[in-house]
Amino acid sequence: MARTGSARLGYEGVAVCVPVTIPYSRYSLRSAHWFCGRALAELIKGAGLAKNDVDGFCIASFTLAPDSAVGLTQHLGVSPRWLDHIPMGGASGAVALRRAARAVQAGDADIVACIAGDTNHVDSFRNTIASFSQFANDAVYPYGSGGPNASFAFLTDHYMREFGATKADFGKLCVAQRDNALATPHAMMKRPLSLDDYLNARPIADPLGLFDCVMPCAGAEAFLVMSADRAKSLELPFARILSTIERHNAFPDDPIQIRAGWAMDVDDFYDHAGVGPEEMDLVQAYDDYPVICFMQIEDLGFCGKGGAAEFVRAHDLTAAGDFPFNTSGGQLSVGQAGAAGGSLGLVETIRQLTDQCLGRVVDNARHGLASCFGMINYDRGLCTSAAILARGDR
Amino acid sequence: MTTPLPPPKKKDPVERTRQPTQPPGNRSREAQGLTAMAAVGRFALQTCAACGQVQYPPRQVCGQCLGDDLPWQDVDPNGVLLAETKLHHANDLFFRDRVPWRLGVVGMDAGPSVVAHLAEDCRQGDRVKLSLNLDRSGHAVMNARPEKPGPNQEDDMQLRELSMDPKDRRVLIVNGKTELGLALARAFQTAGAREIFVGHGEPWKASASLEAIRAMDGVTLFPLDVTDTDSVEELASVLGGKVEILVNNSYHLRPGGAVDRMDMNVSREEMDIHYFGLLRLAGTFGPAMRGRGADSAHGACAWVNVLSAYAQINNPAFGTYSASQAAARSLAQCLRAEMAAGGVRVLNAYTGPLDDEWHQMVPPPKLAPDMVAGRIISALQNGHEDLAIGAVAEEIAERLAENPKEIEREIKL
Repeated sequence: MARTGSARLGYEGVAVCVPVTIPYSRYSLRSAHWFCGRALAELIKGAGLAKNDVDGFCIASFTLAPDSAVGLTQHLGVSPRWLDHIPMGGASGAVALRRAARAVQAGDADIVACIAGDTNHVDSFRNTIASFSQFANDAVYPYGSGGPNASFAFLTDHYMREFGATKADFGKLCVAQRDNALATPHAMMKRPLSLDDYLNARPIADPLGLFDCVMPCAGAEAFLVMSADRAKSLELPFARILSTIERHNAFPDDPIQIRAGWAMDVDDFYDHAGVGPEEMDLVQAYDDYPVICFMQIEDLGFCGKGGAAEFVRAHDLTAAGDFPFNTSGGQLSVGQAGAAGGSLGLVETIRQLTDQCLGRVVDNARHGLASCFGMINYDRGLCTSAAILARGDR
Repeated sequence: MTTPLPPPKKKDPVERTRQPTQPPGNRSREAQGLTAMAAVGRFALQTCAACGQVQYPPRQVCGQCLGDDLPWQDVDPNGVLLAETKLHHANDLFFRDRVPWRLGVVGMDAGPSVVAHLAEDCRQGDRVKLSLNLDRSGHAVMNARPEKPGPNQEDDMQLRELSMDPKDRRVLIVNGKTELGLALARAFQTAGAREIFVGHGEPWKASASLEAIRAMDGVTLFPLDVTDTDSVEELASVLGGKVEILVNNSYHLRPGGAVDRMDMNVSREEMDIHYFGLLRLAGTFGPAMRGRGADSAHGACAWVNVLSAYAQINNPAFGTYSASQAAARSLAQCLRAEMAAGGVRVLNAYTGPLDDEWHQMVPPPKLAPDMVAGRIISALQNGHEDLAIGAVAEEIAERLAENPKEIEREIKL
C-alpha cells in the first residue's frame, strides 16, 4: 500500500530500550512508590546508568495518592528537569512514549524513564472504582457497583448483537493469550485454559464470564527513552518509533461505544509510520476485556468494522501463529497491575524487537504495534493511544 | 412478563435479621439536582438555556456549547435499550446482598445515553421508559421499564428494593377516627397491604370512620393516643417489629393566631399532637423499623407524615396550627436523616385543606380524603419523598420556590 506521508515530524534518532517488569502479585503490602522505585532501580541497572543520569520522568499510577509524580521525586531522591504524570490509566503507555520521545528530540531531557506502577492492597480495587470519576460516582457506581465489569458487559452485549460475534470468538482469543502466557515467568495465570473452561466459567456480568475479566494485581512496567546515539554508546539494544497516536473522547455522539479514537487516527498513524497493518509482525492490544481487543483489531485496520470475529476465526493468535497477538499473555493472563496495564503491551513489544523476550518469541519480528486504551469515565473508554515500533540498528 | 412477588414468609425468630445497608450514596452537588427532581416525582434533566442540549450525567458546563446556564427541565423519558447485563458480582455490600441485578444502557430520544436499573421484562432493542426514583440511600437513580407496562410490573424485585410499595407489607395508620384515616385504610387495602393496623384514641368519642374501618377485612384496631407516651410505647412493644409502613395522619386543626387568639391550651394541644406526637412515635417505632430495613423483600420501608402545607409557610388564620406543623416538619427532616441508616424513607405529604368537618369554614378548593390517600400510595410506589397534594399545596410549593417573601405577605389561601 502506498503511503502518502504525514505532516507530523518523525521520531528519527530516538531509542526505546530497557524493558522492565516488576513481577506481579495479586496483593501487596508495598506501596505504589515501592513499585515505581524498584522499576527505576531495574532501569538504571539494566542501562548501566547512575540514578541522576535519568533527567526526565513520566509516571502513571492510580495508587500513588495522595502523592503524584512530584512526591515521587522526593521519595526516590531524584532531581529531573522534565516531569510528567499521566492520568490515563490503560492509555498511558504510548502516551508516555510519545511525550518522552519529543522531550528527548527537543533536548528538554536526555533520558526519560517511563514508569507505570500500582500496588494492590486488599481494598485498593474497590476504593478505586468507588470513586473513579465524577460521572461514574453520579451515574454508574450507584447502579450495582459492578465497576468495569458492568461497563464492558454493556459494550460486549451490544457488540455481540450488532456484529454477530459469539462467546466462542472471544474465547478463542482468551485461550490463545493463555497459551502465550504459559511461558511468561511473571504471568499470574499459569494454568492452561481450554475453550470449554472459558465457556463454562462462572458468570460475572452477563455476557462476561470469569475469563473475560482481568485480575487486578500489583506490579510495574517501565522503559527508557533516549537518543539512539546514547543507546548505542551504552550498548543497549533498542527499538525505533515509527509512529504514535493519541485521542480522547472520540465519537461522543455514538450512543454506545463500538469504536474508539484509533478509528479517527488510523490513516495518519500508518502514513506517519510508512508501513501498514500488513507489515506488523506482532500486535499488542489493550485487553482488559476481549471485546476491546476486537475493536482494536478493527479500528487499527486489520479488518473492517464488525469483522473481528471472522478475523479471529481465520487466524492463529498465538506467538507462533500467523497473527501473533498479546504475546506475553496480555493482561487477561498476566494480570492487570493498575496503570501498568497500559504499558504491558509496549514493554512486550520492546522485548520482542530487541531480542529480550522472557517468554514466547515471535521469530524475525521487525515491526510491532502496541495499542492502549483507558478510562471508562462514564459509559465508554475515553483515551486511546498506539505506537508502531521497529527493530533498531545496533 | 415480571415474575410475581413471592408471598412473605413467616419470620423465623432464630434466624439473624439481615442488617440494612445502603446503595452507594456519594453524589456531586450537580447530581443532587436529580435527587431534587426525583423527590417530587419529576423526570427532569439539565437542559442548556443557550443551545437546548440535554445533559446527562449532570454537569456545570454544557457539553455542546460550553454555556453554564443549565436549568432543570422536564424531558421525554423514552428511549431504546441499547445494551443489558445481569451482574452476578458487585463490590458494594448493598448490591452484593442482592445479585443477580439487571442493568441497561438506554439511548434516550432526548439525546443522552443513560445507565439505568433495568426491569425484568426489558430486552435489548426494546422501547423503554425511564423514571427517576429515590433509592434506599435517598438519592435519585434512573429506572428503565417497558414503554408499555407488562403484567405484574410492580412486582419487579429490583424496583421493590428501591421503592416503598405497600404490596404485601404491614401498615400502621395512626388515627382511624378521621375521614382521611378511613380513606388511607381503604387505599392501602386496595394497594395490596398484607395487614393494616389502625390506631384510635379518645374512646369516649364515637366515629363513623372508625366503625367503617372496623367492618373491613384484614384490619386490626388498636388503642393509640399520640399525646400519651405510655400508650405509644405500649403499642410499639406489640407492633414495633411488624410495622413496615407507618402513616402518621393525626392532626388537630383550630383556627386562630397569636395576637387575636392567645390560647395556651389549644396551642399546647397542637404541639402535643403534631410535634410531640411525632416525637413519641419516632422514638418508639423508629428503632425497630430502622433495624428491619433489609428484612427480606418485605422489610420496613417507609414512614409517612401527613403534614399541612402550612408547615412550610405560616397561614395566620391558622397561626399556631401552622407553627406546630412547622415543628413537625423540622422533626421529620431529622427523622429522615436518622432512618436513612436503615434504608427506611420518610415521605412528607403536604396537603391543602381537607374536605372534612374541621375545614368547614375554609373556602374551596378542598381535598377529598380518598384523593389524598391515593396520592400517598402512588408516591410510595414510585419512591418520591416530598409530595404536594392538591392545588393549594402545589401553589404554596411553587410560590415558595419563586419568592418566599411574596407568599409570607400575601398567603390568602
